[in-house]
Amino acid sequence: MRRGIQIAATALGASVLLVLSACTTDPSVEPADNGTGQPSTEWFDQALFDKQDGERGVTPQGPQDQPYLQHINAEMVDTSQYTSPGAKKVCFANASISNPWRQTGWITMNEQLEVLQAEGAISQMETRDAQDSDDTQIADIDYFINEGDCDAFIISPNSTAAMTPAVERACETGKPVIVFDRGVQTDCAVTFIHPIGGFAWGIDTAEFLIDNLDEGDKVVALRILPGVDVLEQRWAAAEVLFDEAGIEAVDYFTGADPAEIKKIISDELAKGDVHGIWMDAGDGAVAAIEAFEDAGVDYPVMTGEDELSFLRKWKETGLVGLAPVYSNFQWRTPLLAVQMIFAGEEVPKEWVLPQSPITERELDEFLTANDGMPGGHYAKFGGEDLPGYPAVWQQRIIP
Amino acid sequence: MTLPPPRATTQPGAGLPSIGRRLANLGLALVSPRGAVFLLLLVLLVAIALLNPRFAEPEQFIRFIQRVAPIAIVAIGQYFVIVSGEFDLSMGSLITTQVVVAGNLIGQDDARILPVTLLMIAIGVIVGVVNGLVTTLLKVPSFIVTLGMMLALLGGVFWWTGGAATGNPSDTFRQLGRGGIRDLPVIEFLPWAVVVLAIALAAAIWFSKRPFGRAMIAVGDNVETARYAGIRVWATKTAAFVISSLSATIAGVLLVGYAGVHPSVGRGYEFIAITAVVLGGVVLGGGRGWVVAAVAGAFALEALFTLLNFADIPSTYRDAVQGVIIIAAVAYAAVTFRGRRQRPSRLAEPPAPSTSPPGEEPVVSATPAGSAPHPSGPDGTTQQGGQ
Repeated sequence: MRRGIQIAATALGASVLLVLSACTTDPSVEPADNGTGQPSTEWFDQALFDKQDGERGVTPQGPQDQPYLQHINAEMVDTSQYTSPGAKKVCFANASISNPWRQTGWITMNEQLEVLQAEGAISQMETRDAQDSDDTQIADIDYFINEGDCDAFIISPNSTAAMTPAVERACETGKPVIVFDRGVQTDCAVTFIHPIGGFAWGIDTAEFLIDNLDEGDKVVALRILPGVDVLEQRWAAAEVLFDEAGIEAVDYFTGADPAEIKKIISDELAKGDVHGIWMDAGDGAVAAIEAFEDAGVDYPVMTGEDELSFLRKWKETGLVGLAPVYSNFQWRTPLLAVQMIFAGEEVPKEWVLPQSPITERELDEFLTANDGMPGGHYAKFGGEDLPGYPAVWQQRIIP
Repeated sequence: MTLPPPRATTQPGAGLPSIGRRLANLGLALVSPRGAVFLLLLVLLVAIALLNPRFAEPEQFIRFIQRVAPIAIVAIGQYFVIVSGEFDLSMGSLITTQVVVAGNLIGQDDARILPVTLLMIAIGVIVGVVNGLVTTLLKVPSFIVTLGMMLALLGGVFWWTGGAATGNPSDTFRQLGRGGIRDLPVIEFLPWAVVVLAIALAAAIWFSKRPFGRAMIAVGDNVETARYAGIRVWATKTAAFVISSLSATIAGVLLVGYAGVHPSVGRGYEFIAITAVVLGGVVLGGGRGWVVAAVAGAFALEALFTLLNFADIPSTYRDAVQGVIIIAAVAYAAVTFRGRRQRPSRLAEPPAPSTSPPGEEPVVSATPAGSAPHPSGPDGTTQQGGQ
């Protein structure tokens, strides 16, 4: 009999849990998620949103055909204190090369390095790859400070808050520190290089979808992972705009796993029509489009990224799309900044690089320019004038 | 969907039971550990269909089976390892490896499909044999062996790809996971993946009934008695690991087709498979289980994920809801099983019904009542009768 009681108790417990979870699925709870004009605001920063929104419309300054040297609304700083002749050793603490965007940039950076070595500006670059770990990167930076014999530090932080003290320690050495891509909470670096940012991405993409959809249409947002500021800001901006425009947006975390993406889209298509796809990064865009093909329904209006696999699928299917760009050519800028700093040239304190999406009008141009490049390559990689072009990127040999 | 037959009512010579008794037996079978997973699956499917009636249409439902196919096949492989008393944690990373191998080596060249497929099968067999031999001959716990294999494979893939996606292989190769037979009546579209799953399940059921399949359960139940019974333990367990690795290889081929190449494909599949197998009432530690219930466990898990998608659970706490439901379901199975195992001697009953399904009937009895031919006992009904 005891066993019967146990079973009954467990069955009761299980059904209570099921009922409870069913309660949370009750439509009456749903408006908290969307519809009441209260999107999750944790990552939303109105001041930054407005700043980046403004920067989208600014014509960047600098050499016309070298976007990686252009800058927006720059406040220049004097670097004459660092002026020094000869080839310098650069130490690079890299967050990781674990996604196609970082791999493309890393290839470009190494090609840029060869040019600067030939020019005699840089003797060598010692790189440590933190493999997406804060702890590893802190250790890497401390190693460089203590034993690296570095003339300059380039840091691509793994995360914002955790890396701040280590960057400060690097600054205390008195040698020039250059931070790029993700930021840190200190302005001790000589220059912080980054494209306009996540809010600009969110605004570009959301405005495109809103322009091409009607009020009440449904957008599925596919997000890589939570908690990374550059990604969260993309969604924070888009979510606010969707909400204002009356677009029904539901978001999922996919880990960029194409199987997961396909399941999510299939389920959403089984639920009802999906009119738009929004992505916070283009990795997996092809799987999302394939899900529409497999279900035999019309293609959505879609925003991906300037990854070649998406651009090609976009062209092939003729869907209404936009490729937002998180300027991959920024990987060239830090090394060029090292050269400028040791030459005593002024650099922007905050070096905001241009960031403009690829539109349908420009699609053919970018596809032709990147003919023969692998699917994980990024159209705006900005390395066309480097000596290894195009073979190094075509073969995608990761240094 | 099939429900487990109310076996205890089919005793020879018992006559035709009344409809009421049949229903009662069916109900009892459903709340029994082996039936529970079918009940859970039924509840989940009904819940999904209520939330979204389109799901119940044959065309949608067959697509649901298509996408469960890879995980169900992985669960079949994991079932054989678990029932023989071991774990295989390397399945997910083996899927990832196979997906990347297919993407990198086949590319757009159809002529390479055959050689690369053979290479993938070879990789699967090698991984299984290494897992099996290190576990059995070197006596290293399989938990550690396969954990090491998981890291080795993941590390190899990371080294090879740098952790990012390469291109998809040719569409011909992807047909198995993505394509199917079109323009059929009722279901309209029969995905190849469903056919593959049906074949795999049929093969698994057949294999479970063979002496070698029964030997796996015997080994999982009690290694010593199995050895005295003349079973070569190392060969049996190694075979289980090879089946597991080959099923991961098949799942990899299906996933390349279904989704495409990405280093994240296959991530976590070993745990989903173990959860599915446990949900299917298979005892961790080996010796008890039914492969069909393990597959039902995989379907129940995927149905749960689908239900959460349909129910608009916010992405931020979706995982938590999933976890709670899985714990509840597994705890339910565990409690009912423990209850059953605590009362072994009272289970002696008339000679076992010949309709006993594979996996339920250990070859070698480990119970004190050694003469009882059916020590693990059929579920609910019989026990109820014993009280």
